Amino acid sequence: MARKMNEKMNGNKKRGFISGMSDTNLLLLITVVVFVVMYASAVIFLGSGFLKPQAFFNILNDNASLIILACGMSLVMITGGIDISVGTLTALVCMSCAVHLDFNGGSVLTAVLLALGIGLAFGAVQGFLVAYLEIQPFIVTLAGMFFAKGMTTIVNATQFNVAHEGFQALKATRLYVPGMGSVNKLGNYVPAYVEIGVVVAIVTVILLFMLLRWTKLGRNFYAVGGNAQSANMLGINVKNTKFMAHLLCGLLAGIGGFVYFMHVGSGSPSHAAGAEMNAIAASIIGGTMLTGGVGNIMGTFFGVLSLSTIKNIVSSLGLDEAWWTNITVAAMICLFLVIQSLVLRRKGKSK
Amino acid sequence: MSTSNKTAAKKGGVISGLLHNQICIPLAALLALVIFNLVMDPSFFEIKMGYSSAGDPVLSGYLITILDNASELVILAIGMTLVTAASGGQDISVGATIAIAGSVVLRVLCGTESRPDELQAPIFVAFLICCLVAMLFGAFNGVLVSYFNIQPMVATLILFTAGRSIAAWINNNELPIIDDAVFGYFGNFIPGIPIPTPIFIAVACMILIALTLKFTTLGLYSQAVGINPHSSRLNGIDPAKVKLITYIILGLCVAVAGFIKVSRFSTINYSVVAKDIEMDAILAVALGGNALSGGKFNMGASILGAYVIQFLTTTLYKFNVVSSALPAYKAVVVIILVVLSAPVVRQKLNEIFKKFNERKTAEKPTDGPNKGAKEAA
Repeated sequence: MARKMNEKMNGNKKRGFISGMSDTNLLLLITVVVFVVMYASAVIFLGSGFLKPQAFFNILNDNASLIILACGMSLVMITGGIDISVGTLTALVCMSCAVHLDFNGGSVLTAVLLALGIGLAFGAVQGFLVAYLEIQPFIVTLAGMFFAKGMTTIVNATQFNVAHEGFQALKATRLYVPGMGSVNKLGNYVPAYVEIGVVVAIVTVILLFMLLRWTKLGRNFYAVGGNAQSANMLGINVKNTKFMAHLLCGLLAGIGGFVYFMHVGSGSPSHAAGAEMNAIAASIIGGTMLTGGVGNIMGTFFGVLSLSTIKNIVSSLGLDEAWWTNITVAAMICLFLVIQSLVLRRKGKSK
Repeated sequence: MSTSNKTAAKKGGVISGLLHNQICIPLAALLALVIFNLVMDPSFFEIKMGYSSAGDPVLSGYLITILDNASELVILAIGMTLVTAASGGQDISVGATIAIAGSVVLRVLCGTESRPDELQAPIFVAFLICCLVAMLFGAFNGVLVSYFNIQPMVATLILFTAGRSIAAWINNNELPIIDDAVFGYFGNFIPGIPIPTPIFIAVACMILIALTLKFTTLGLYSQAVGINPHSSRLNGIDPAKVKLITYIILGLCVAVAGFIKVSRFSTINYSVVAKDIEMDAILAVALGGNALSGGKFNMGASILGAYVIQFLTTTLYKFNVVSSALPAYKAVVVIILVVLSAPVVRQKLNEIFKKFNERKTAEKPTDGPNKGAKEAA
């Protein structure tokens, strides 16, 4: 391990800019470059629609909850696990909060607490099963996914819009971004805005970025994901670290669920369908490896942006049929996976 | 493996021998379900002889339904077990590939029309082409996993995302309907035979895989690769090739399952056909006590696991559980099972078991030490 580190340090000076980078940074660089190129070409070839700042802010508005979910997913993936329950957990949180607000006379504050509680409960149980009982994360979270899916229907089987006044006020709250507005066809100035969820998402990204970079827990995540055995020998509590990753992921799924709830303002069993796969895809595009030990929250952030930008490009190209979106997203995942695989091979050779 | 289990059973008593056998997990689950149903409503096990609308004799009853509906799952579980053993991961794209395989069958049989008066190609040709296409998609997953070293779940995420869209694209987003009696035989009943055809197909697949495992090195090689790819390479096995082959076999299984699915309804709905079946197939493998991280596998246990899952589903349906609430109950059962079969929990249970035995031996000192030694063995 130490030798490898040494080699890496020397390599920084000897080899060029690209080959001297760590996996995490190289993959992050690729993601950011791809996003910028994609957005720039969208602006150039598809014109005005993408030029307005609001177009960009809308991507953020629509994907705030996905950003939070994908961040949680990245944490778990960095420790070498996976959590496929986040999507249906989002639906469960939406439905529970909706029922709580409208039928049980709850307030917005208790709804937030409820969302966090559900997330924490899922995270704690799944974390316990994965870390302390050493059951495969995939199976545990698969059961979690099934459970959340079924519970959503048991809580309430049909879709309905929330009429709670306090919540409506919260949902309608918009934060205007100064200097980013544009003039519409009638000549009126329309200010650019973001929803509250975006602020929550960005704060989450920054906090998690700091957690991974500067705290002991964050560094432990990487160590456990890189090699659980060595981490154990270094005196890291592997079980506790894995538990914390799942707990955080559950908590973030609770937050993401509430942000999703604020965006759509309704409860439905079909909410956030497939969000777990989108979150995994975004993490992969952002350079997080499922083998663990490699990943970056900023990468995940750009991964979500890339994913939604390509969706927007496909729909504005006029390829409206739903299948095109899926096929392009799949092609994009494929591309990034092959890049990752090549990066790993390059590392293997340079050793 | 089986011989050592048998000797263990002889030494430590039948019960503890069974406890150490992999197949005990699905067997215990099956037993629990059977007892539950016996207590709640014994009519669950009734099998009636009835007549179909065409006047042919058909068997009906919950047991027949279970056997019939589990066919696709069983066939998938066979392929999934091999993939799990060799690559240490699962293929989550099987549901989407079933949609592709099914739409290929329809495309070949219907040509460009959506409601043809007569079939445009023989059914056999359609089946062969469907197998070929599904194996190609299997090979695509396999190449990503074996030659690019991508984790199976992530590699198959690509087809999971795109599969149903590709299926819709193959038939120009139309839903062709086949009006042909012979085509329906494969998913329903052959006139004169009272047992549903899918059961026969599933049994044929089981026999085929049993023969393959017995007379070829497939089973041995895939376990070797799953346990340690590096050392199996040193022993002259190409791990990448073995992994690729298991994925192609899974592709074949998917083709057969897709063919049955299309034949059942004579049409296909891309977005819902075989939805979540990948989860059930993975559960079947896990229920069979196979390590999802690869290595040793027990095909019989996986197949039994698939039947247990279908048994559970049918039982829940019988008690009027809404189909969308079904997953919650399934999840509880799965959690109980995996917790009980987790190595850590088993070790704890074994320790408790041992202590219990020691207490027994303390009471009966005559055959005490002997029995303790046997338990340890």
